[in-house]
Amino acid sequence: MTSMNMIQALNSAMDCLLDRDPNVVIMGEDVGYFGGVFRATAGLQQKYGRQRVFDTPIAEGGIVATAIGMGVNGLRPIAEIQFSDYIYPAIDQIVSEAARLRYRSGGEYYAPITIRSPCGGGIFGGQTHSQSPEGIFTHVSGLTTVMPSNPYDAKGLLIAAVESNDPVLFFEPKRIYNGPFDGDPNKPAEDWSRHEGGDVPEEYYSLPLRQAAIVREGADLTVITYGTMVHVSRAAVERSGFDAEIIDLRTLVPLDIETITKSVHKTGRCVVVHEATRTGGFGAEILSQIQEDCFWDLEAPIERVTGWDTPYPHAFEWEYFPGQERVLTAIEKVMGA
Amino acid sequence: MPRRNAPELFIPEPRLRPGDKPDFSNLDIPPVGVLDKPDEMVDFTEIPEHARSMIRVLDDDHKAKGAWDPHLDPETLRGGLRNMLKTRVYDERMHKMQRQGKMSFYMKCTGEEAVAVAQATALRPSDMLFATYRQQGLLITRGHSMLDMMCHCLSNSRDYCKGRQMPIFYTWREGNYFSISGSVGTQFSQAVGWAMAAAYKGQDDIACTWVGDGTTAEADFHYALTFAAVYRAPVILNVVNNQWAISSFQGIAGGISATFANRGRGYGLPGLRVDGNDFLAVYAATQWAADRARRGGGATLIEHYTYRADAHSTSDDPSKYRPRKEWEAWPLGDPIERLKNHLIVLGEWSEEQHEQLRKELEEEVAALFREAESYGTLHTGPRPDINLMFEDVYEEMPLNLRRQRQQVGV
Repeated sequence: MTSMNMIQALNSAMDCLLDRDPNVVIMGEDVGYFGGVFRATAGLQQKYGRQRVFDTPIAEGGIVATAIGMGVNGLRPIAEIQFSDYIYPAIDQIVSEAARLRYRSGGEYYAPITIRSPCGGGIFGGQTHSQSPEGIFTHVSGLTTVMPSNPYDAKGLLIAAVESNDPVLFFEPKRIYNGPFDGDPNKPAEDWSRHEGGDVPEEYYSLPLRQAAIVREGADLTVITYGTMVHVSRAAVERSGFDAEIIDLRTLVPLDIETITKSVHKTGRCVVVHEATRTGGFGAEILSQIQEDCFWDLEAPIERVTGWDTPYPHAFEWEYFPGQERVLTAIEKVMGA
Repeated sequence: MPRRNAPELFIPEPRLRPGDKPDFSNLDIPPVGVLDKPDEMVDFTEIPEHARSMIRVLDDDHKAKGAWDPHLDPETLRGGLRNMLKTRVYDERMHKMQRQGKMSFYMKCTGEEAVAVAQATALRPSDMLFATYRQQGLLITRGHSMLDMMCHCLSNSRDYCKGRQMPIFYTWREGNYFSISGSVGTQFSQAVGWAMAAAYKGQDDIACTWVGDGTTAEADFHYALTFAAVYRAPVILNVVNNQWAISSFQGIAGGISATFANRGRGYGLPGLRVDGNDFLAVYAATQWAADRARRGGGATLIEHYTYRADAHSTSDDPSKYRPRKEWEAWPLGDPIERLKNHLIVLGEWSEEQHEQLRKELEEEVAALFREAESYGTLHTGPRPDINLMFEDVYEEMPLNLRRQRQQVGV
């Protein structure tokens, strides 16, 4: 085991993949010689050559389109979209093409591509460097949407994503690239070395997609979350004094509903937390499915903590970001009901 | 056009509308043989005229002339003629059957048969095709089962798209033919990715892809040309300029001030503008571009200048926006007639043989349709197994789909 931050873990995952499979290539804006604006591909072009790790034109639609074509010709491309805020020009290729190809061709063709993209706020990135667009993609069947919350999961899940024969959107919460973040911007930054998720084997391993992780077992209530909000929720739970079970979804779609319903069946109370905007967000889908499957287990209405339904505002980072206080309030509300 | 000394919003408009007499006297159609045939590895800057003028081989006296004559043997020419005619007969039968309610939809390629058939003839079977819905001639030339094509269009129990696609969105992996998308243009940039992978793997197979004149306005067109130029991808990028994108004439896609072939030059790609109704010219240009790609010269943009003789689809009525019988006045003629007349002039074909062939093909296609119908139609059934509705969304069916399938009761 080595201590790695999430960037190092992702880099290590891609290193393993490039080493094991000559069909893996990495493409994206600035990913080649420079190694990516977040350094996730640092050193990989130098190690594996330009044909395997290369820069692309600034054309997200073109990046995904050519990745699909490469996938059809037997490669397993990893395409980086520099910020998930820039993924929208590629939506036609992701939604109408990658996600539907297997279905529309009667199973003849498919798109074994992985789209990595840093997402989320907490970095003063304003509305074009802070978005959490996962809910746009969780609405699309055929796509697998993943968001890890720590380096260990990031490596294992990225390897599984690239080895999957379905297109995977792999969102990386950039606020926790360098260390876990509990939502308090005034605390000194922590690195991953003191967090169990920062222990990452250097060798190859993969973690199953479609499987949530119970990051804290508990009996009083269930907190369902993913990405950065796993850490914020954990801190809020500790402050609350309640014995909460925290579920880190890891893969949003296809959803591991069984882990959720099992927990809610046990606790009868539930808070759903995500950073993305509220209306039509993935939290709404989780609430709906819990209502369908666990209505008679519920002791209180389900609470939802999310970003506000505004664009991500630069000067109001911490008023927008759903921090500990908002999660705590929701926990107290479901426990007091 | 008179200009005022002030900006004016210019809305392009075709010269003629319904009720007008068809007239193409404004078109500047260069004579046969004006363009030389450069070495395939020529620098694109040296052949600007090839993107502005027109590569033509078959002259008005039905003889092949000029440097671009591919000198094909009579057997190949007859094969091309047969495949074009078979494509037209197939279209006619399918269109008629759609009108009789056997299919929800159909799209013909009448007048454009030379593009797909000549290109499929010029390419290797292992070259990968990323087509639109108007290149059914590719499938017919490569020998795809016509029964399978029909069964797909009928959405019946033998539909290889498993009832998931509207008619004419064929797929044929075995024939190196990519699944057609209904979103126009998406395949253009995907084909470039396929070609990049081919170069990465050291294959010498190339990709070949098509869009219409209207779709050149889509971002995917720009992505394709940019990526193809940047990575020197072995791909042929075809623009089938059939003058019409549903009801919008090619001027709405920007075809008035410059040719579509000329756009390649801005990206550093050679552009060839070809008489799209001339089987020999299309063949020769395709062979040139394919050789260039295989030799490491990268992509070529080919504009096929042609005319969409029939409606956009069975849901369209072109009499609402263009003169009736305009196609009959099209100065580049009918690709089938032109190749037929060429073979007759060569002494390798006759009107009688042609009529005989047409009759044979009509009978063959009609018989195949009857067989296809025996496997069902969309409305009368049998349709594909309802179980298939939930398969292939993912490689492995997730729980939500398994539950939904149970709700359907299968």
